[in-house]
Amino acid sequence: MVSPPARSLRAHAPWTRAAWRDTAFALSGAPLHAACWAILVLPWTVWVPVDTLSVLGVLAATFLAVLALARPLTRAHRERAWAVLGADVPEPPPRPGGVLRGPLRALRTEDLWRELRYHLLVGPLLGAAAALLALAWAGGAGLAAYALYAWKLPNADPLDIGAHAGTLARFTVSLGSHTVRTAVLTAAGLALLAAAPWAAAAVRRLDLRAMRALLGPDRARELERRVEDLAGKRADVVDAADLERRRIERDLHDGAQQRLVSLAMNLGLARETLTGVPEPAMRVIVEAHEEAKAALTELRGLIRGLHPAVLEDRGLDAALSGVAARVPLPVRLRVDVPERVAATVEAVAYFVVSEALTNVVKHAGAASVEVEVVRDGPALRVRVADDGAGGADPARGTGLTGLARRVRSVDGTFRIVSPPGGPTALTVELPCAL
Amino acid sequence: MRVVIAEDSVLLRAGLIKLLETSGFEVVAAVGEADGLLAAVAEHRPDLAVVDVRMPPGYTDEGVRAALVIRRESPGVAVLLLSQYVEERYAADLLSEHTSGIGYLLKDRVADVSAFLDALRRVAAGGTALDPEVVAQLLLRRNADPLGRLTPRERDVLALMAEGRSNAGIAGALTVSESAVAKHINSIFTKLDLPHAEGDHRRVLAVLRFLDGDA
Repeated sequence: MVSPPARSLRAHAPWTRAAWRDTAFALSGAPLHAACWAILVLPWTVWVPVDTLSVLGVLAATFLAVLALARPLTRAHRERAWAVLGADVPEPPPRPGGVLRGPLRALRTEDLWRELRYHLLVGPLLGAAAALLALAWAGGAGLAAYALYAWKLPNADPLDIGAHAGTLARFTVSLGSHTVRTAVLTAAGLALLAAAPWAAAAVRRLDLRAMRALLGPDRARELERRVEDLAGKRADVVDAADLERRRIERDLHDGAQQRLVSLAMNLGLARETLTGVPEPAMRVIVEAHEEAKAALTELRGLIRGLHPAVLEDRGLDAALSGVAARVPLPVRLRVDVPERVAATVEAVAYFVVSEALTNVVKHAGAASVEVEVVRDGPALRVRVADDGAGGADPARGTGLTGLARRVRSVDGTFRIVSPPGGPTALTVELPCAL
Repeated sequence: MRVVIAEDSVLLRAGLIKLLETSGFEVVAAVGEADGLLAAVAEHRPDLAVVDVRMPPGYTDEGVRAALVIRRESPGVAVLLLSQYVEERYAADLLSEHTSGIGYLLKDRVADVSAFLDALRRVAAGGTALDPEVVAQLLLRRNADPLGRLTPRERDVLALMAEGRSNAGIAGALTVSESAVAKHINSIFTKLDLPHAEGDHRRVLAVLRFLDGDA
């Protein structure tokens, strides 16, 4: 078993592939990191203009050169990460095109400014770190091998302790100091060699992180895009579910319902016109007729729960007055929606009211209900209030949970106030612009 | 009695034809869309047209519009509309000009053969037949007007009147005596300030008042 620190030490040993790879990565970056500042600085070292116009001219020229270089540099860094580390730095998604093309258009994108932050601010620091790293490797290697060539070196002890001592003493001290020096410097070299891989790994980590943050896609933008994308997809899914409900409704209406009506009609006809049928046979016919009528009633209820045709044809007001009229309680209905809203929103509002009324009838023991559906700015506000026993709890009733879920599917808000003893008020707000 | 049927579902059309012919009606034409209906009515001059509300090409309210045309151009032809759902506005449109010889029922009511045939005969004879659901919806909207002065029982009576029932029918439905029904009806007439006039006219006015609550 190898303990984690030991494993970590072994992984960062100077002779590992990772150490050399990280070092190669850091060193390969250095010239690229230096490039932008070299362009900005070098002209001033060879020629210093004196008049303002020339100064501005040189500034503008170098700036444009840096702009022109930014994209190729970015590409080079991306390639470097891939070639040396096998690390992918994704490209930012292309921005929607405008009239301006090329560098001028790029000027207006945030991506370019993020890239420049990498090339001009982060880059030099990483370049300097790479230089220090190179120094560490070279110095480490040089010092670690000190013992091998130290005997060739003149004794350069600045204190020269032995100079004034006796021969024997001089030899001893000289040998001692030399040995100590050799030991210390060799140890320092080994320490540098041991530390270099850690430094290389640190540079690699920092560089990659900076590249991903500044050369890759913008996180915030990316999230924004993703949220938009997901919201769009969810709206599609909700719409599709709604369309599906309407399709099922139509299929049921055109198929099963017509057949059932026809069947019930025939049975009714038989019941009315057949004479001389034995009593038991007649009883069967009567039962079948009643069953068929009951099935028809159930089917109508099912269709109403799905997506009634009246909602699609005539809108919320008509559909809700149908719902309210079937409630065996006095219902005060107010629908004030001047314009039709999106079919999906209408469907949710319809569902909310019909479910809420079903709940009221089943559980509330109310004497009357008030239903209000009004357009309130950008939202459709639905309110169902009864004077019943209260104590409705979304945590317990599955009806209320389903209701809340359906409301959430269109980003609506759901609120129920129902103290024990009543009254109960359910308020739902549905945004009309999805 | 001569009948024209307009119904786009082949199955139901065939069923209706069989039902009506078995029950002593004469089906002179059966069509599947509104234009055909108008042509058939013009050609055959039937006593009654049984019309589906939703028909080609638009599948919305072709039947209602055709019914309004028939009532205007051929006042002698009674119309019974059948619909997948009831819409009080259609009822109000239908009854705004004429209150006799008009019926408006849910399609499912066809299944209740004897009640359906009763409604057919009533409409053909110049009466009305409104679906209980239409009546319920209409009542829902009339909570705050003069009709509010009616007692619940009187509202029940008025609703049944709107459905087109006779005093005997109302009495049967409410399981009260016919004289009690007559008393309620008189009370309704008084509360709605309806003048004395001949025969059934006041009944019609009461129903109209009931239907036109917000008109």
